[in-house]
Amino acid sequence: MFTNDKLSTDKLAAWNIGVAMVALALGGSMGLFQKLEHAGTNLYNQLNFIGINSYYQGLTLHAVLNALVWTTFFIVGFFTFAIPRSLGRPLKYPQIQIAAFGLMMAGLIMAAIPILMGLANVLYTFYPPMKASPFFYIGLVLVVVGSWVAGYGYYFTYGAWRKENAGQRTPFIALAAIITMVMWQIATLGVAIELLWLVIPWSFGLVAGTDPQLARTFFWFFGHPLVYFWLLPAYISWYAMLPKQAGGKLFSEPLARLVFWLFLVLSIPVGLHHQYVDPGISAGWKVMHAILTYSLFLPSMLTAFTVVASLENAGRARGGTGLLGWVRKLPWGDPSYASQNLAMILFAFGGISGLTNASYNLNLAVHNTIWVPGHFHLTLGSAVTLTFIGISYWLVPKLSGKQLFSRTLGLWQAWTWFIGMLLMSNGLHILGLNFGVPRRSALGFAPYAQEAWNPLLIEALIGGIILTISGLLFYVNIVGTLVSKKKLTAPIEMPVAEALNPEPAPAFLDTWRPWLALTIALIIIAYGPILFDLISNLNMTAPPITIR
Amino acid sequence: MMHIDRSERVFFIASAVLLVVFALAIGISGFVYGIQVPQPFAKVNPVTIADPEKSDFPTFALPAAERIRELAPGRYEVYVLAQMWKFSPGSVNYGEPSIKIPAGSQVTFYFTSRDVQHGLKIVSADGGRHTNVNMMILPGEISRLTATFDEPGTYHMICHEYCGAAHQTMYGVLEVVNQ
Ligand SMILES: [Cu+2]
Ligand SMILES: [Cu+2]
Repeated sequence: MFTNDKLSTDKLAAWNIGVAMVALALGGSMGLFQKLEHAGTNLYNQLNFIGINSYYQGLTLHAVLNALVWTTFFIVGFFTFAIPRSLGRPLKYPQIQIAAFGLMMAGLIMAAIPILMGLANVLYTFYPPMKASPFFYIGLVLVVVGSWVAGYGYYFTYGAWRKENAGQRTPFIALAAIITMVMWQIATLGVAIELLWLVIPWSFGLVAGTDPQLARTFFWFFGHPLVYFWLLPAYISWYAMLPKQAGGKLFSEPLARLVFWLFLVLSIPVGLHHQYVDPGISAGWKVMHAILTYSLFLPSMLTAFTVVASLENAGRARGGTGLLGWVRKLPWGDPSYASQNLAMILFAFGGISGLTNASYNLNLAVHNTIWVPGHFHLTLGSAVTLTFIGISYWLVPKLSGKQLFSRTLGLWQAWTWFIGMLLMSNGLHILGLNFGVPRRSALGFAPYAQEAWNPLLIEALIGGIILTISGLLFYVNIVGTLVSKKKLTAPIEMPVAEALNPEPAPAFLDTWRPWLALTIALIIIAYGPILFDLISNLNMTAPPITIR
Repeated sequence: MMHIDRSERVFFIASAVLLVVFALAIGISGFVYGIQVPQPFAKVNPVTIADPEKSDFPTFALPAAERIRELAPGRYEVYVLAQMWKFSPGSVNYGEPSIKIPAGSQVTFYFTSRDVQHGLKIVSADGGRHTNVNMMILPGEISRLTATFDEPGTYHMICHEYCGAAHQTMYGVLEVVNQ
């Protein structure tokens, strides 16, 4: 069978995932230093040997490596592995994937050097008129362009498959992955325009001033769908792989497809929900994006239903009975399964705090407080990261041909992540909501710090310590697998859940034109007037301010 | 059309209804209780904002103490310049005057930045009391919000957007005093 085969492009997938994991190891370990600092123990002078001198430099590294590098490289690696298997044909031009990896690596190195030299202490949002070294921005552009190129490789392959299989429905995993890449390609136009027009020439001193309000608007055009770029690959695993791993079927395949189309349409025209308290954008447009954000909540609710129903199908197939008896029958002893199911549970909490953030004036209560990192460590830090870790528990053995070093260690890793994240995010949420503690701040030195914060900061620190242990367990397991001599005894196949109802999805769920047209139309409606307004009142008056 | 399981349809409709309820709550809080987000007010040049000759908003060029203005009994306007790493007026730790107003006052805040992006959230200095004052402060824009302070006590105006190496020291003091 083709799905069993080793593909020449698997090496590339492995390289991408390897880089992702190194990034997460480095970026993740910065998290512990942050939590220690908040609790009053500043250890940044211990990091001088890798070039880190301050909280904000460490925080920049933490966010760039975890939010941009770990995710983008892992996703490209995962798709390079999964798309040809889902389509049942090799990638049409594997060279494109090599070029993509080269570009992304070049960008990563170019951005990492200024960060480690302390020339880019601007955090991952790099809001102008804070200025970093121009090479930091160029590096980010190259990473993004590299991911575009990776997408082109998938499109050519998909095009070839369509020609060879006229009239057939695209297999779900391939379709969902390609929708994700198309969404990413449209979304990243925002940050590309911001960097190429408003930031890079200005950072070289070619233009005297820039427009911070417009730059933020372009950034968040990209910044929100970025979240879905991370999340959709995890959804692919939850919908189409995890039910199979648990011995069940995909409850409603056509609805799963519909959900991905809805994410394509709705992920982008919602970015203003990050800018509810911005001065230069009128309330009408903020309300419109609030409503669209609420509609974006619906495909998430459909996902919750379909995924749980698919797992129930699996639990019952394993002999589970009663209202909830099937839950206990699920393969909780499999680290790949356990970590992904725990990721979903954390995501439910993250969804609730996310809905709060999205709720227009309710956002006043939490905007830019430490509630927000509390929220996205449940989404990006758990739903996405713990799912990718779960995928790694079968994918790394598959790619390396070695048995997983230890299932027990994997289970300990999943549960410690779950408990550590519950503690940390609980502390952060309460600090933000009840005390208005600001995010991204070296709180250990804040003159306005209050005694009452301490128990919660310590709770978050304990969570951070447990998470660090969890991370260590993960890397021991991965390195243990790679150096082990135990070859796989049985080949690993990519898990692909069958649809419960074998009837093929209706044709409109396999047709690009209407969905792309709708996507572009909504972007024009939601962003056209506000961008027109900001650009026709362009205020390029903010000179660069170098941050040390 | 495609087949949708009855339970899934019910779940979907229930989710949609829940969202409508949330949206109504937001609408009521905005229109009945007047909890509003910042709106465009004016664009300015951040380089010249505090220059009495060239400022496009000369109030910001007045001395800090004169930028706390009583319009009528219990009605105030405060014009605050944000810069790395102080609010002027407000940042007592950088030698700026604090902002003092009597309890029950309605205050309209005008903020703008002279350098990088900053943020503002007003919280009570001992936890407990809340305000809905939360804004981004950008160079080139004026951010405006109005709030009423009924409870006496000390409030902190905390900068919540990263603004450089000493961002964590950037805060102002607002004292709401009993008359
Ligand atoms: Cu968002
Ligand atoms: Cu600040």
